[in-house]
Amino acid sequence: MTTTSPPAPAGSAKADQAARRDLYRTMTLIRAFEEAIKRDYWADKGPGFDIGKGLVPGEMHLAAGQEPVAAGVCAHLTADDAVTATHRPHHFAIAHGMDLKALAAEIFGRETGLGHGRGGHMHLFDPATHFSCSGIIAEGYPPALGQAFAFQRQGTDRIAVAVTGEGAANQGAFHESLNLAALWHLPVVFVVEDNDWGISVPRSASTSVASNAARAAAHGMPGVRVEDNAVETVHAAAAEAVARARAGQGPSLIEVHTLRLWGHFEGDAEGYRPELDQVPGRDPLPTYRATLVADGVLTDADADAITAEASAQVEEAIAFAKDSPLPDPAHASAYVFA
Amino acid sequence: MTVTETPATPAPQSHRLTTAKAMADGIAEEMRRDPAVIYLGEDVGAYGGIFGSTTGLLDEFGPTRVLDTPISESAFIGLGIGAAVEGMRPIVELMFADFMGVCLDQIYNHMAKIHFESGGNVKVPMVLTTAVGGGYSDAAQHSQCLWGTFAHLPGMKVVVPSNPYDAKGLMISAIRDDNPVVYMFHKGVMGLAWMAKNPRASADVPDGAYTVEIGKAATARKGTDVTVVTLSLSVHHALDVAERLAPQGIDVEVIDLRSLVPLDREAILGSVARTGHLVVVDEDYLSFGLSGEVVATVTEHDPGMLRAAAVRVANPDTPVPYSRPLEQVVLPGPARIEAAIRKVLGG
Repeated sequence: MTTTSPPAPAGSAKADQAARRDLYRTMTLIRAFEEAIKRDYWADKGPGFDIGKGLVPGEMHLAAGQEPVAAGVCAHLTADDAVTATHRPHHFAIAHGMDLKALAAEIFGRETGLGHGRGGHMHLFDPATHFSCSGIIAEGYPPALGQAFAFQRQGTDRIAVAVTGEGAANQGAFHESLNLAALWHLPVVFVVEDNDWGISVPRSASTSVASNAARAAAHGMPGVRVEDNAVETVHAAAAEAVARARAGQGPSLIEVHTLRLWGHFEGDAEGYRPELDQVPGRDPLPTYRATLVADGVLTDADADAITAEASAQVEEAIAFAKDSPLPDPAHASAYVFA
Repeated sequence: MTVTETPATPAPQSHRLTTAKAMADGIAEEMRRDPAVIYLGEDVGAYGGIFGSTTGLLDEFGPTRVLDTPISESAFIGLGIGAAVEGMRPIVELMFADFMGVCLDQIYNHMAKIHFESGGNVKVPMVLTTAVGGGYSDAAQHSQCLWGTFAHLPGMKVVVPSNPYDAKGLMISAIRDDNPVVYMFHKGVMGLAWMAKNPRASADVPDGAYTVEIGKAATARKGTDVTVVTLSLSVHHALDVAERLAPQGIDVEVIDLRSLVPLDREAILGSVARTGHLVVVDEDYLSFGLSGEVVATVTEHDPGMLRAAAVRVANPDTPVPYSRPLEQVVLPGPARIEAAIRKVLGG
């Protein structure tokens, strides 16, 4: 099944307008955060580009363009639900409500960060929102099964959302996880972010099926592919999958054909693909803004205010990170064991 | 005044158990005490574990707490990790340690690192049980020990019981530990009816719950002439050799490490300080592993403690062969242990 057309919003028009504004607010906050991290990441990498240099060293995978997936899915969750994300985790962390200061401080390697600087941007663990991520492709799926298993055993209607990219769908852990989740009717929503590229390898060169919804069917669960990277389509597909999971009807899979607006990592020369900023209408953020303005949900002034508010929140978090102390090298081996 | 005092509680009772049954007994004790404890893996239900690790558990606790899994080690070990993160205490069985190759990412990149990466905010209290060791011609992919590999990777405790008492006590300690614990049981110490067994594979084991501290070695035999540091099935080979050498005036001390992580370096140093002679017996591969770590423990502390060069008896960095005479020569059996003791004593 492929879905592209935004569904008719349910409920009162006023509530729907608020929900649509919230989706836009979440997407805007994510973009503001990723732009700020990009800015500070590049601020002191020179001369030339030294990946280990600067206030934010190491690999940096940013999610600009993929905001609709995180915003559309996480709108259905509470902080009691679990999310396991990937090496490109910020959009889901933010959409799921992670504290921006603790997130930024971890990215800057500070003692005040989520992991006291031990994790870094690919290894974010937040007990407050049951958020985690893994830098290893597809390997975030199996722990999500266990979270769902525990929620089920505890007699709750909490669910686990497990996120990967389309490249992960060719990994063993992906298929093992789908089978086991379906077999044990676990309350999991599997999300596949298909951004067309596994670093430099196009989906057409890596994947034998046109839609990973077919692979969901192969493992005995409903699967849907969202073709248009539109937050409201994602939101509608997720509503169904989340409801199924909460009702004890087992797992589902949602694949979203999304867009990685920037490189695989910062510093990726991207010789393998054309410039995307010259593709009109492909950036989902201005597209959604235009839709909401046209629908009378937002005025341009409202939208500007949302952008300004997001920017202020992000800059406060970044300032907190920069002002925080670095971890004490004498304690580099702390936390190996409990 | 005459008072006849009777004990408030009856004297502790014990039963004669194999190591396998003692391990299952420890699991059952904790499952009765804590509903968060579950056991999952391949053939752990009706079969009772290929090596008897879960005998009787399905009957007592049912299929919601003793779960047969698909042959999907990445998925079900990861499931254990996630369940542990959310407050359960899963015990997950990897049928053979040799199968680590299909699921190591969940073990060393997730189970072992989450507590560290989270800066101590997320605990992973799970036990990963796994069968190790050779000696019955199961060949290169079903006979390895590999405990040195697990111990090399930071973030998991590694325990290796050699006898029924320790099997139960270490299991209970492992389940109660807030860290991931890899619990490695040698098929040759389990007391299986269908495999050659050492007489010490059955012993009296106290009823009820008790713990054996993880990280404390045991002195399996006191002696004055030479220290044999070893673990698992090799403890029994070392004890057999020690008993044979005693009438010849060679008094062997046998240290059963019981865990690699933490490693009881004090016990090693204390014994070598008394004997001045060190033999390390390790069924795992020789190079880059436990036996080198034990020798380094001594030489980094005080090389002067050794009155002769230490001798290591281990697998000579060779995949475990199938054919019996080939397998027997790569295993650290009694003949090689005896020769090493005589060599270190200048014989």
